[in-house]
Amino acid sequence: MAERPTGGTLIQQFEYGLDAPICLTWELTYACNLSCAHCLSSSGKRDPRELTTAQAEAVIDELQAMKVFYVNIGGGEPTIRPDFWHLLDYAVEHQVGVKFSTNGSQITPERAARIAATDYVDVQVSLDGATAEVNDPLRGVGSYATAIRALDNLFEAGFKDAKVSVVVTRQNVHQLDDFKRIASERGATLRLTRLRPSGRGVDVWDEMHPTAEQQRDLYNWLLREGEKVLTGDSFFHLAAFGEPLPGLNLCGAGRVVCLIDPIGDVYACPFAIHDRFKAGNILDDGGFATVWRESELFTELRSPQSGGACTSCSAFDACRGGCLAAKFFTGLPLDGPDPECVKGHSDLALMDPDRLAPAASQDHSRGSVHKPVSACDENPLSGLTFIPLEALSASR
Amino acid sequence: MTDHASILDERLMLSPSVSLRPEPFGALAYHFGNRRLTFLKRPELVEVVSALDGRRTVREVLEGCGIPEGQWSAYDATIERLRGADMLQVATLAAVSG
Ligand code: SF4
Ligand code: SF4
Repeated sequence: MAERPTGGTLIQQFEYGLDAPICLTWELTYACNLSCAHCLSSSGKRDPRELTTAQAEAVIDELQAMKVFYVNIGGGEPTIRPDFWHLLDYAVEHQVGVKFSTNGSQITPERAARIAATDYVDVQVSLDGATAEVNDPLRGVGSYATAIRALDNLFEAGFKDAKVSVVVTRQNVHQLDDFKRIASERGATLRLTRLRPSGRGVDVWDEMHPTAEQQRDLYNWLLREGEKVLTGDSFFHLAAFGEPLPGLNLCGAGRVVCLIDPIGDVYACPFAIHDRFKAGNILDDGGFATVWRESELFTELRSPQSGGACTSCSAFDACRGGCLAAKFFTGLPLDGPDPECVKGHSDLALMDPDRLAPAASQDHSRGSVHKPVSACDENPLSGLTFIPLEALSASR
Repeated sequence: MTDHASILDERLMLSPSVSLRPEPFGALAYHFGNRRLTFLKRPELVEVVSALDGRRTVREVLEGCGIPEGQWSAYDATIERLRGADMLQVATLAAVSG
């Protein structure tokens, strides 16, 4: 393992990894009542090997022992698991905070009231269009109304600061102001994330990822909004336009970020569900702490990044070559430019007819998937830094 | 009395909403209420923060941890920021008894 330096910046320290992740995503189930075109985990059907309630409780016990502060629960649609609400309470009782992502279908007024009663739970409702016309072709008929109803229920129950989670696409990028209004009218905060070519996102990425011109508009919009809009450090590749965006600007995969999937497989990042980025399994390889601390893959990821073809780029310090997962799933070299490199340095490689995107190693889709209609800062005062949790890449 | 003197005389403790986790470089502190993560980069600072128990004053804790007086003003400023972010709180009687 690379030798950790003493002192140095926060980012340098993070590059060598941590004793426990900061930003852990746990996908409880691959089952989902929707079948969104761009689902990063290709969800749909439940996997019969899904962790049992007892096994899931054991995971929470281990997270508590490792002092993992917070887990991002997703899926699939996590609330579909019959023991979801039990596991939520169990986590909170064991001092593990929960932020869960949902399409909103189970957030009744009663549930909303229960969620509002604790500090330890945060909710993120997914919406991919600020109107049903944009949202529903992608996420399914009625899904817009469902999400809005969930947000209304949370607001009326007195839940403060829910997140409206939007994946920015070619189809919705013109609605950013509308999304922001939808959130603020309900006391919620808008959270934008990048469309990454992961899971079913691979199939639709070409038609759905924002155009070069839209990327520039998005960048300007994000600069204008500053910290009022959350991004989970999603867009640090856009920092190459010039100004830094709020966040750590670091690929945290395997360093501060990781994913536990429904069957207990551990991946470097929720957007990197592929054998290449699988560190191990919590049931077969001695538990989560062992996988996190000792797996070969994570050891490999915890050394300073080599920039490859990006090293000579003037923007490398800001952009650091972008997102590992995005490069991998578009078949680009991992140490070269991001597929959405704002300087256009991946355009040629993307046009290469021989470019081979890796075959999926996971798919839980149910077969009928909605096709779209048209298609992670440093202030070294006494070594003290405050980081909003949202400043971390892939904190979905 | 200046502000400078006053924080050293406070009896502070980790806020009940905060969890502190040791890391190779120091520690991470997470506040469950405001969802902020704080990075304590120096092991000495971690030692001081962990020693704040609400019974002794900050000054007593700094002395107890063997921090040279010349560095107190730096600690003072840092502790003030931690209190400003509600990572540290003035101890209440209920919290320290028992
Ligand atoms: S930059 Fe990409 S691969 Fe790295 S942590 Fe973020 S989403 Fe994952
Ligand atoms: S060449 Fe690399 S570092 Fe430069 S902007 Fe493109 S992706 Fe970023």
